Amino acid sequence: MKLHVNGKEHEVAAPADMPLLWALRDLLGLTGTKYGCGMALCGVCTVHADGLPLRSCVTPLSAVAGRKITTIEGLDPQGAHPVQKAWAELDVVQCGYCQPGQIMAAAALLKETPRPTDEEIDAALSGNLCRCGTYVRIRAAVHRASEISAAGRRS
Amino acid sequence: MTGRSLSRRRFLAQSAAAGGGLVIGFSLPTAVRRVLAQEPPQTKRKVDPNAFIRIAPDDTVTILLKHSEMGQGVATSLAMVVAEELSCDWMKVSSEHAPADLAYAHTAFGMQMTGGSTSTWESFDQLRTAGAMARQMLIAAAASRWGVAEADCRAENGVVSHGSKRLRYGEVASAAAKLPAPEQVRLKDPKDWTLIGKPTHRLDNPAKITGAAQFGIDVRRPGMLVALVARSPYFGGKVKAFRAEKAKAVPGVVDVVQIPSGVAVLARHFWAARLGREALDVDWESGAEDRHYTENQRTTYRRMVRSPGAPASTRGEAAAAILRAAKLVEAEYEVPYLAHAMMEPLNCTAEITPGACEIWTGTQFQTGDQAAAAKIAGVKPEQVKLHTMYLGGGFGRRANPNADFVSEAVHLAKAAGKPVKVIWTREDDIRGGYYRPMWMSRLRAGLDANGRISSWMHTIVGQSILGGTPFKAMIKNGIDETSVEGAADSPYLKSIPDYHVDLHTPESPVTVLWWRSVGHSHTAFAVESFIDELAHAAGKDPVAFRRELFKDDPRHLRVVDHCAEKFGWGKPLPAGRAAGIAVHESFKSAVAHAVEVSVEGDAIRVHRVVSAIDCGPVVNPNGVEAQIQGGVVYGLSAALFGEITFSGGRVEQSNFHDYPIVRMNQAPAVEVHIIKSGEPMGGTGEPGVPPIAPAVANAVFALTGKRLRRLPLRLTQT
Repeated sequence: MKLHVNGKEHEVAAPADMPLLWALRDLLGLTGTKYGCGMALCGVCTVHADGLPLRSCVTPLSAVAGRKITTIEGLDPQGAHPVQKAWAELDVVQCGYCQPGQIMAAAALLKETPRPTDEEIDAALSGNLCRCGTYVRIRAAVHRASEISAAGRRS
Repeated sequence: MTGRSLSRRRFLAQSAAAGGGLVIGFSLPTAVRRVLAQEPPQTKRKVDPNAFIRIAPDDTVTILLKHSEMGQGVATSLAMVVAEELSCDWMKVSSEHAPADLAYAHTAFGMQMTGGSTSTWESFDQLRTAGAMARQMLIAAAASRWGVAEADCRAENGVVSHGSKRLRYGEVASAAAKLPAPEQVRLKDPKDWTLIGKPTHRLDNPAKITGAAQFGIDVRRPGMLVALVARSPYFGGKVKAFRAEKAKAVPGVVDVVQIPSGVAVLARHFWAARLGREALDVDWESGAEDRHYTENQRTTYRRMVRSPGAPASTRGEAAAAILRAAKLVEAEYEVPYLAHAMMEPLNCTAEITPGACEIWTGTQFQTGDQAAAAKIAGVKPEQVKLHTMYLGGGFGRRANPNADFVSEAVHLAKAAGKPVKVIWTREDDIRGGYYRPMWMSRLRAGLDANGRISSWMHTIVGQSILGGTPFKAMIKNGIDETSVEGAADSPYLKSIPDYHVDLHTPESPVTVLWWRSVGHSHTAFAVESFIDELAHAAGKDPVAFRRELFKDDPRHLRVVDHCAEKFGWGKPLPAGRAAGIAVHESFKSAVAHAVEVSVEGDAIRVHRVVSAIDCGPVVNPNGVEAQIQGGVVYGLSAALFGEITFSGGRVEQSNFHDYPIVRMNQAPAVEVHIIKSGEPMGGTGEPGVPPIAPAVANAVFALTGKRLRRLPLRLTQT
């Protein structure tokens, strides 16, 4: 079946009930999207489908037919999306395993809500677990990403 | 500096002193350290700069990491230490994991491993020496090319110079690598440090924000199969029989193979392996372990904790003194089994070819895993090439003396004749054993007429962590020091005339392991909660009470004072909120947390945490801050939610819905203050964890008058 990922069409030989996560990781080699729970409980598998956050570990391939999927590898060609810039500036990552999911969730939030409050950040990201406990810096970095985006729009 | 073989490094490693003088203070008993060691602890090992530093012709510098990057920031801090003495351009520095080799053995433990919050301090002198030696070798190579004296040359910012002559490090690196390492080097005066002590960005940021970072689970090899293993649902259970027909009928499943830990389904990808395992039919031999229930175990522990155990530390006649006290206070505390629950579930990839074995995994125990793999593969340890991948969290679970997740992959690669990646599902990971032990404490103390502690008795019950390893023979006189650390050596005991700390070490089928902060994760909760109870019984403020006890302990006094001041201890809080404090020393660092909590229905909410840490000299303050922020959240998950229980020998939890961890909306603001101090360098990965649970429990008491003595903290528990 056909998959549209990061601006490219891919033909994958997979059953329609295979979760998108495993098609991305095991068939297309896009390993930036992670496996954490398999039940949409932790958010490390977050990708975008037509710009909206999606838990790829519970989404069968049949549900994304015709939708444009973006993974962490395709978020920005230079890895310089405002969220990624803010993450580097504030040294958010520790082990880093959950961060692709955090970054995808944050990018989707900022698209909908360019200047989120702490409460809006908490609400949007409470489905993304981090065992290293980087939440304090994630919260600060989402605000910083919002500033970077605003500055980008002005210039 | 390239091209030196490991055997040459080993050869170089034989002789005299460099990088010595480390003062080892760590919770593992010396005897155990000796047994764990695969070679003698090597403070006398000669440092070989070539083992740690590669300089390419384009001047890029690669630092080889003897420790595993599992989030704690060693990929940056260890590189900073080397680069400081190398005097290279920091913008051209990167780091990568070293291969598994005793050239990278821990200076205290004699094996290559990461744990005990030791990475930075154990390697500090060694890595500075390596950097300084390499710099001297670069100078020697340049001086030789110019025909001038080494003493007249300088090396700074990646360039060797002599008068107007200049050579970049990259231009002389290959010549320098062929020179003998200098016998002696002078290290920089700390006042001249330009990197050490400065907040520095993480070197692994670019890889980790773009999805490029390769974790163990991301490894792909040509022809590789993915395996899921059906393991016994009972601890110690065995396969009686299995029927593989339905599993083999799943498209993508290649084979079904029995290995010592269970039955594995090998498939072309994870999804087929998972469906195949669901279709697999296994009969298990449970033995006696199906009779294990947490409630029964608690009853047994409650009985034991009220009887004397093996003495761990003692002074005077505590039992007699306690009877003479003006006031007797007693309480029992309890913590459950906990899973580490790293975000990246366990996994390992192995490939066996004639006379060689290759491993890719995120591990904290390189040379131990290497030895285990060699035994299974039937090769020598040096024929096992182990690639350390980024670890998606470790917290102790990836440091298993029994090499569980590595052994499975090697067994399967051997059986399949192809590369095999074993992946544990989240359920496998939560149910797969090796937990922080369940522990119980009974504390009794006498207060004199002035409200001062005159006597102290502490009895601990819990499984031995070392007892679950091949090193159980090293437990002497019934004491595994990791069970009593933070209790038998509590700093409060210094001010108490008569005390007695003892230990019961029951056996259990449940396998246990070190979990971020090990024994301190229970002793801090018991001791710091009890100190708070004593303060209350004495009618004293919790901070004032601790200050009195620490009057001859300037380090703890400073940490408590700093934390209380920055928090604004004693100042009014918003309505419905209260404050609590706790302080605990572990892994050579002292940490105090003050917290502000409220209660909403049955839920305890932590709004703000102010932390003070004294860890001696700091390499990367940015990293220390991150470790304390993270330690608070990790410890808070245990304080509020974490609990593994057993029914009929089976683990009752399975995934994040019934083994919850703190989420973004439950995470407090954390403010970290690093105290400048002249103490020896301590660790920072673990010390932030122990004091958070008692600080929260103490705040809940201040708010509600309810003293919660069992983790996780539940307002409704009896």
